[in-house]
Amino acid sequence: MREEILTFIEKNSRVDLKELAVILGTDEATVANELAQMEKERVICGYHTLIDWDKTSLDKVTALIEVRVTPQRGEGFDKIAERIYKYPEVTSVYLISGPYDLMVILEGKSLRDVSMFVTDKLSTLDQVVGTATHFILKKYKDHGTVMGQIKTDERMVITP
Amino acid sequence: MRNPLSQKIVKIQPSGIRKFFDVVSEMPDAISLGVGEPDFDTPWHIRDEGIYSLEKGRTFYTSNAGLKELKEEISRYLKRRVACTYDPGREIMVTVGGSEAIDVALRAMLDPGDEVLIPQPSYVSYLPCTALADGVPVFIELKEENEFRLTREELLEKITGRTKVLILPFPNNPTGAIMRREDLEAVAEVVKEKDLFVISDEIYSELSYLGDHVSIASLPGMKERTVLINGFSKAFAMTGWRLGYACAPAEILEQMLKIHQYAIMCAPTTSQYAAVEALRNGDEDVRQMRTAYNQRRRYLMDAFREMGLKCFEPYGAFYVFPCIKEFGMTSEEFATRFLKEEKVAVVPGTAFGDCGEGYIRISYAYSLEDLKAALAKLRAFIERLREEGK
Repeated sequence: MREEILTFIEKNSRVDLKELAVILGTDEATVANELAQMEKERVICGYHTLIDWDKTSLDKVTALIEVRVTPQRGEGFDKIAERIYKYPEVTSVYLISGPYDLMVILEGKSLRDVSMFVTDKLSTLDQVVGTATHFILKKYKDHGTVMGQIKTDERMVITP
Repeated sequence: MRNPLSQKIVKIQPSGIRKFFDVVSEMPDAISLGVGEPDFDTPWHIRDEGIYSLEKGRTFYTSNAGLKELKEEISRYLKRRVACTYDPGREIMVTVGGSEAIDVALRAMLDPGDEVLIPQPSYVSYLPCTALADGVPVFIELKEENEFRLTREELLEKITGRTKVLILPFPNNPTGAIMRREDLEAVAEVVKEKDLFVISDEIYSELSYLGDHVSIASLPGMKERTVLINGFSKAFAMTGWRLGYACAPAEILEQMLKIHQYAIMCAPTTSQYAAVEALRNGDEDVRQMRTAYNQRRRYLMDAFREMGLKCFEPYGAFYVFPCIKEFGMTSEEFATRFLKEEKVAVVPGTAFGDCGEGYIRISYAYSLEDLKAALAKLRAFIERLREEGK
């Protein structure tokens, strides 16, 4: 049940409870309970909206920043990750395997905005030993969704 | 000038669906619930394998019966999914869709005058293929009160000394009916007792929502009497690739292969390479699509209950077959008015046999949003009809 709820709402969190219950072949109360429970357990961490900001008049720049850090005794990477993720302009922080340690995703108003963050805030942290910033030029697909694509039904209207 | 045509073919009626299709295609803004194929694209890894085979220049014929690796994968797949054991070397052939397999099987098995039992409502090609093979079609009317399953009694009633083949079209298009194990066992007993053969069209086998599909070929003593037909169209959303297969005892398959060899040569090579990938790595795709269809099925059934539209609960394929007898119109009148007044296309039940009168076929090979929009129109339509009837 949980898996089916999650798989469904991952793609469509706006479905109403009654409809979700019908689709899953159960009753509304069961779905409501499962959802509440999963929210409590932080299995469900939020209900967000996927937006193509490029189509709006708002200026936004997204950057991926590779960060190499010196882990701290007893804290590992958690402490430094926390110092970084507390900045509201940071949208994601991942601990990564490979030649660098943290992948930081950052949203800013302009290239300058992002650069300032990297040079002033990120690089100056004691544990940070190096950064490499990559600006995103175009988002083709995000969260499993191809951006800007509207699929039309090309099938014949009646087939046996 | 002499008449250039064969009377045999002239007598065959064009598909009832065709007529309706012509009307619908003139209405560009109509919503359709009439499609008999998946709305999903073929999963990318399968398409990619087809593209790759083209890039590698695999543009040759394959052997008549199909690529060896594909037949081996089909053999493994049937073992894994329906517990049937077929020798890929002698008992499996790859065809151009399940529909070619139906034609070839009938032609390989019938002599003039042999009777073929065709349960109806069912897919449109059994009757013409039987006629083309000089067989005599004998219809069995399936009933809603039996959930459109074939019962032992209905079968016995139609058997004569000339009956040779029973066509078993489950999960069923258009009703969505399935045959459970015990239903098949009852039929199998009669088949063995009366010394008949079965052509089991299991093209919708993966779309079964009440536990796994059971193949009649897996029942004791039935493999030697059965031509099992399946394919990639519905399970893997591969309709346009035109790929199916038939499995049968070597003695029957050998003859089927002759027809295929002379008429078709071999199934499309690109499709065969893609199908190998489908069977090797496609189980998860099938599972996901089945889940989505099942969700839509529940959604439709719930909507019918709410609008008080009578419909038996189907557990297979991607069709529902609601009863429209309460409105006092024929299926065709209902479908035509619905199309004209609400611009939604459904298929009249009569397209699948006379006993489909009083029913319409609604396909749920559509996204939930599309279904929602169409159902709102259906609700408005039947409310208006009820109002008129008062």
